[in-house]
Amino acid sequence: MSILFLLPSVVILATFVFIPLIQNFYYSLYDFSVFSQTKTWVGLDNFKVLLSDKVVQTALANNFKYAIISVFFQVAIALVLAYILEDKIFRRVAPFFRVVYFMPVMISISVIALLFGFIYNPQMGLLNSFLDLIGLGEYGKPWLGNSTSAIYAVIAMSQWQSIGFIMVIFIVAIQKIPKELYEAAEMDGAGKVRRFFSVTVPQVREAIFVNTLITITGSMLVFNEPYILTNGGPGFSSITMAVHMYQEGFVKDNMGYASTLAIVIFILTAILALIQIRLSGTGKDE
Amino acid sequence: MKLTKNRKFGVGETITLFALIAFAVIILYPLLWMFISSMKSYDEIYNNVWGFPEVWKYENYIEAWSKGISSYFLNSVIVTIATIFSVLLFGSMAAFSLAKYRSRLIDLALIFIIAGMMINPQVALIPLFNILSAFDMINTRLALILPYIAFRLPIAILLLRSYFLSIPKELEESAVIDGCSDWGIYTKIYLPMARPILITTIVLTAFFAWNEFLFATIFIDSDALKTIPSGLMNFRDALRTDWGVLLAGMVISSIPMIVLLIMLQKYLVRGLSEGSVKG
Repeated sequence: MSILFLLPSVVILATFVFIPLIQNFYYSLYDFSVFSQTKTWVGLDNFKVLLSDKVVQTALANNFKYAIISVFFQVAIALVLAYILEDKIFRRVAPFFRVVYFMPVMISISVIALLFGFIYNPQMGLLNSFLDLIGLGEYGKPWLGNSTSAIYAVIAMSQWQSIGFIMVIFIVAIQKIPKELYEAAEMDGAGKVRRFFSVTVPQVREAIFVNTLITITGSMLVFNEPYILTNGGPGFSSITMAVHMYQEGFVKDNMGYASTLAIVIFILTAILALIQIRLSGTGKDE
Repeated sequence: MKLTKNRKFGVGETITLFALIAFAVIILYPLLWMFISSMKSYDEIYNNVWGFPEVWKYENYIEAWSKGISSYFLNSVIVTIATIFSVLLFGSMAAFSLAKYRSRLIDLALIFIIAGMMINPQVALIPLFNILSAFDMINTRLALILPYIAFRLPIAILLLRSYFLSIPKELEESAVIDGCSDWGIYTKIYLPMARPILITTIVLTAFFAWNEFLFATIFIDSDALKTIPSGLMNFRDALRTDWGVLLAGMVISSIPMIVLLIMLQKYLVRGLSEGSVKG
């Protein structure tokens, strides 16, 4: 009986998750395109190409920039925001801010990316005309059309969209901290900043680890934002590993090499996932 | 007293409050701009970036709806509902089995499902495309529904399982004495008791299926079958300068999830925290 209950899930997972994963390793040893059914064995050639692929270097660097900036905003800043909103003194206004900060999380990335296309637009964009308005017009630029700023413009949009998500997880974690700890710290004369570092941070340590890992994993996988906003450009300046994989596979029809790129993404995220499973003890009975 | 001094609304608190408000403006203003500009003409969006429209062009919404959004909307609804239904059914059955029985096989199945969580859509993309092609499923709604189910099942199963584990064993023992079968225990005891976590699963699955972009872009070519996230890209390319209509389409696309957020806020928060902190 137990097998019958498990069967549908196991079959679906095997067919659409595990078999593709294994096939991906096999594909990486071949050269092939969508249109020709014949696959040419190339052995580890795809991996050799990968090692000297300059675009891979740019893409990985961008993924890491994404990770570092995202950890700062989505873990550090989100934790501070959560702490402030859980402070008694802001109790009456906190629900309003909580909902507002969370709102972009619910909106489709296509909508957000199209909206930021309007914000970054060089002619009528909100950002440039805002800079004009406050007299900083000289700093205005075609944010997405400039090879230095494009990746940061893309990353900035992600922070805008996702900070509320991690913040809510921290709020839940902070709510579980026993009130006595804060009262004791207050009794000892600890100010708000001191209480944040000596009570909140140690108490939500696990949530900090897990959120950091989620954020870094997300940064290794990022596709939608650069794909919609810049398609990795100008040049390859805002490309990420996933966008590179997409372009090699579905634009240049280089499926074998794209599979090789997918393996790099898999290795990066699998390591992070293993650490996360270790830390959070998933699967253990409580 | 120190205690009262700490609680008063001083300079620090005022600055903090202003920072909170400033951040709220940064979040809200673009959304408000999107809404206001969705009723402007192209000229007005271009030349009057900040202001209100002279004439509120409600027609933009009618045009957006009739020029494609209605069909993307319908496709999204079909794909989302099919995904939710399957994830709930298969996921709860698997979770029931994983929570109730103990055996080597069950342990293996649990490891299998946890491992499934480690694999991301990007990594399976190219083989999936080939599998779906081989089954002639590219350009059908199933090309989205089946992978969506597969990639949501692990998290749903683990969430449901940890909830099922907390259901007291005495309940089912007495049911067994009354002659209740496994299927009966599952449908009459576990499912009704797990209502909150089932709703959480619905919200998380809906949110994923409604907004998914990568598969939706690659597995569906035909405009008639596109869901909202990928459809909006076609919409943009087809409209060129009809920005007001595009913005109207963007607003329409966002409404269902915002309504869902407001209706089921507490379940979502719960799911986000349990789903991520507990893996």
